[in-house]
Order: sequence, then C-alpha cells, then structure tokens
Amino acid sequence: MSGAVLAQSGPVIPEFGGGGDCVRQNRTFCWGWFSDHWGDTFRPALIQHVELTLIAVAIGFAIALVAALVAHRRGWFETPFTLFAGVLYTIPSLALFQLLVPITGLTVTTAEIALVSYTLLILFRNILTGLRGVPPDVREAARGMGLSERQILWRVELPLATPAIVAGLRVAVVTVISLATVAAFVVDKGLGGPIVAAIAAPFNTAFLAAGGLAVALALTCDALLVLAQRAFTPWARS
Amino acid sequence: MSESPALTGEAAEIVFDEATKRYPGRAEPAVDALSITIPAGEICVLVGPSGGGKTTAMKMVNRLIEITSGDIRLDERSVRSLDQTQLRRGIGYVIQQIGLFPHMTVAGNVATVPRLLGWDRGRIEARTRELLELVGLDPEGDRGRYPAQLSGGQRQRVGLARALAADPPVMLMDEPFGAIDPITRERLQDEFLRLHRELRKTVIFVTHDIDEAIKMGDRIAILAEGGRLAQYDTPDEILAHPGSDFVARFVGADRGLKRLSLTTLRDIELEPVNGSVELSAPLDTSLRDALSLMLTHAGESLVATDGEGRPVGAATIESVSRTLAS
Repeated sequence: MSGAVLAQSGPVIPEFGGGGDCVRQNRTFCWGWFSDHWGDTFRPALIQHVELTLIAVAIGFAIALVAALVAHRRGWFETPFTLFAGVLYTIPSLALFQLLVPITGLTVTTAEIALVSYTLLILFRNILTGLRGVPPDVREAARGMGLSERQILWRVELPLATPAIVAGLRVAVVTVISLATVAAFVVDKGLGGPIVAAIAAPFNTAFLAAGGLAVALALTCDALLVLAQRAFTPWARS
Repeated sequence: MSESPALTGEAAEIVFDEATKRYPGRAEPAVDALSITIPAGEICVLVGPSGGGKTTAMKMVNRLIEITSGDIRLDERSVRSLDQTQLRRGIGYVIQQIGLFPHMTVAGNVATVPRLLGWDRGRIEARTRELLELVGLDPEGDRGRYPAQLSGGQRQRVGLARALAADPPVMLMDEPFGAIDPITRERLQDEFLRLHRELRKTVIFVTHDIDEAIKMGDRIAILAEGGRLAQYDTPDEILAHPGSDFVARFVGADRGLKRLSLTTLRDIELEPVNGSVELSAPLDTSLRDALSLMLTHAGESLVATDGEGRPVGAATIESVSRTLAS
C-alpha cells in the first residue's frame, strides 16, 4: 500500500534535461535549481507545512487545555487521560497513518489526526504542571480577596502557568514540524513531498532544500515562541 | 461588571456566637463553641499554641472555612447569609506568606479588589497612589515593580496595601509579620498600629507569639487545644489576672515584666526629683525598659524627661513594682 502512496508524490522529480551539470551529476546542492523551483515547489510546500503544523498544534492545544482544566479540578481524570495520550504518543507515526487510512482515507484529516495525537501528552502534562505550580498562598490570597474560581483561573492560574505552557508548546511545535514531513506518505502536502520524492529519485538538492527548510522552520517557530513568552511574562525575568 | 462588597465604610462589630468547626472523623472540634464580641474598631488578637484553632476561627469569618454550627455576625449580619465572594471583597485579608500575585506589578496587586468591584481607572489610580504612600512605599518608583524584585518587608507592605484597597471595615491578618526579620517586624508592627489609629478597622490578628499579641491587641483571645477559649480580655487584665493555670503558663512566668511593657513613665505617678540626676529616660519609655535601665546601672531611681529633655519627675524601683501590685 505504501508503494501506491509514494507514487503520488511526483511533482518535484527534477528535470534532468534543463538543470545543467550540477543537477545531472547530483552534486550536494544546486542553488540554480533550487531558486528555479522555489516558487513552484518549495514555497507552496513550506506554506502547506506551516498550515499542517498550525492546525495540529491549535487543535491539540484546545483538547489538552480542556483536559488539563478538568484534571486540575478533578484529580482522578489525570491518570486516564495520561494513559490515553501516552498510548497515542508511543504508536510509531507510520503505523498510526496505516491504522487511520482505512478509516479516514488519504486525506489531510488523517495526517492531522496523527499529528494532533502527538501533541496531546506533552501539552496536557505541561499545562497541568503549570496550573498545579501556582503557589498555594497565591491561590489562598486570591480566594480570600473574593475572586471566584473562574476569576482565579483566568487572572491568576493561567497567567502563572504561561511559562510551563509555552515550554510545552515549543516541544509540541518542533515535534509536529518534524513529524509533518512524514505526513507526505498519506497526503501530498508540506515539505515531506519533496523529501519523499528526492529519496526515491535520489536527488540531493531537493532532499537538502526541503529538509533544511523544515529545520529552519522549526528553529524560527521556537525562537518566535521564546520571544512571545518574554513579551507576555515580563515578571518571570526578574 | 461590578459587584459591590457586602460590607463597606466604617468598622464593623464582629460577634462570634457559639461558632464551632468540626471536621468529620475527628473527635475534638477545631473550634469549640467560640463566643466573643469584638467591638468595632478594635484589634482582637487570637493567640495560643498550635492546634488551638486560631487560624480556623479567623477563616470562618470570611468563610474560607465554613462554620459547622453557631454563627458569626458582622454588624448584626450573619456571614452565612452573605454571598461568599461579596463577603470576602469587604474583608481585608493578609497572610504570612503574603500571596502577592507574582505576575502583577505592585500597582496591579493593589488594584485587585477595586478592579473586581469595577472602579474606574482614575479612581483606582488615585487609590493605589494613596495606599502606597500610606504603607510607606514610593508611589512612583515602586508601583511598576514585580513582587520578585521586592524585599520581604516591602512585600508585606504591598500585601497590606492590597488588603486595604477597597477600604474594608474588617481586616483578617494571619501571622502577617511572622516571616519577617525581628527589626523589620517591629517597625511594621509600629506602623500598623499607627495606621490602625488613623483608619479605624475591626481587626482579627492571629499569632502564636504572646509578646506580639500583647503589643498589638486591644483584646486578646487565648485559645487552648481543641479550640476552647481559655480567656478573652485586655492584655493588661490577662497579664494581671490569668484566668487559669494554662493561661498563666502560656503568658509566661515573666508576665509581670510583660505587663510593665504596656505602661510608660507617663502613666505612673512620678516622685519629685531630688539629688543628682544619674539616669534619665523620656516619658514614653515603657516601665519595663525603665526598670531594665535601673537594674543595668545599679540605680534605685531614674528621672523621666519631657520632649525637650527637661526633668519631669522620678521613678524608683519601688514605684514601678507598686504599679504591678495595683
């Protein structure tokens, strides 16, 4: 079955005729070829990759946040959800795709379900740790001053949990960016497409370009999250 | 959205009426039918050994702990009849660990309750400024700092300003100066007493330190194990006439000396000055310190002086001990 999947990802197989010496000899990296194909191949793949990642992290965060809030109020919920998320986390990604394809087909949905399931454990753990890390005296002072439970959550607990939550988001985002390349086995979207095609060809330039873009994207997102956290938690710096 | 506090304005009388707290599965109650009346505007110190239920008794007032039976009334209104959050917004709350919000600036912390009450920006701004000045912080330099940037003493000042923000008629203070070094503690105690004279709040102050209780309290309630009230009276009366062996032991064998610390040279009848002046002390020196001076310098008497250092009269070891006998 995976053979059929691989065959789909064809559009970046290089045109050996028009690529010059560098491409014909499959040297390490051909700048000319890369810049020729930035517009029709890599730029759209990069944008799709960002989309895949954003959707997966956003959905994963929403689920993990709700689960962590429930576990924060009702402690018994922590173990079953950790088990559930832990099982999802340990299933190898290729196996998970294989399991899902018969149900959801070769679609973006399949890819996103798999990617979301890898974010749950880390996000759930970090959000819950952040909420539980609020010092008891801070909670007590908040209650004593007449903040309702909801106000304590929004004005005290979640802001104080921000550093732990962002730490979780950083790991989740980098993981999803990396895993999303594997999603090319089910759907021809993202930087995984050029990588899969280049491995099959084999063609160094496409392989390095797509791989390098994925790494650069991961580092950029991580740096943006760090900057965002510094901006939103000035109190944590002192 | 604004919700006004249940209590505002002038100090309220607090009445504990057989207030009892029992925890399931425990034979002894934490607080056992506590009945005391705290007149409006006074500081009542709850003191006693650990296990006496002092903090429990205090937390029943703002319902952080619910009463099992009996009642607590603030100006005739049962705390049980009031909405929890609204009740709490009308009661200042200060705890030993302070519990400042680490993610908010000094000004943000102080503005917590006014914001809950929906005050407008200008009013909150003015009130924050006023409060920071009141507790001895710099309204310009300190307002933008985060709790992590403050010393222990400064944090407790912010905690106090935050508790006072909405001008609550009642204040609950749970060992507020317990975690602060002795020198700063004494200064904060003095400043709080000065503030209290200006602001007139009814204060419940919990401590395990009898000396702090004697210094801070208009009245002291001594709670024994099992949450039983051992004695409720003024500091002077408790030191002069401890109601039981337990109280006598708790206030200590030096209760006479402690009592002397409640009285100053100004309060006793001084004798005419005769002979040479060897020892002198200002009129607001406590009798305890005066006695200590005389003993240290092996003198029999000491001259009390007024603000300009002029001798007013003499106190002797004999006249000091007469004060205790009365």
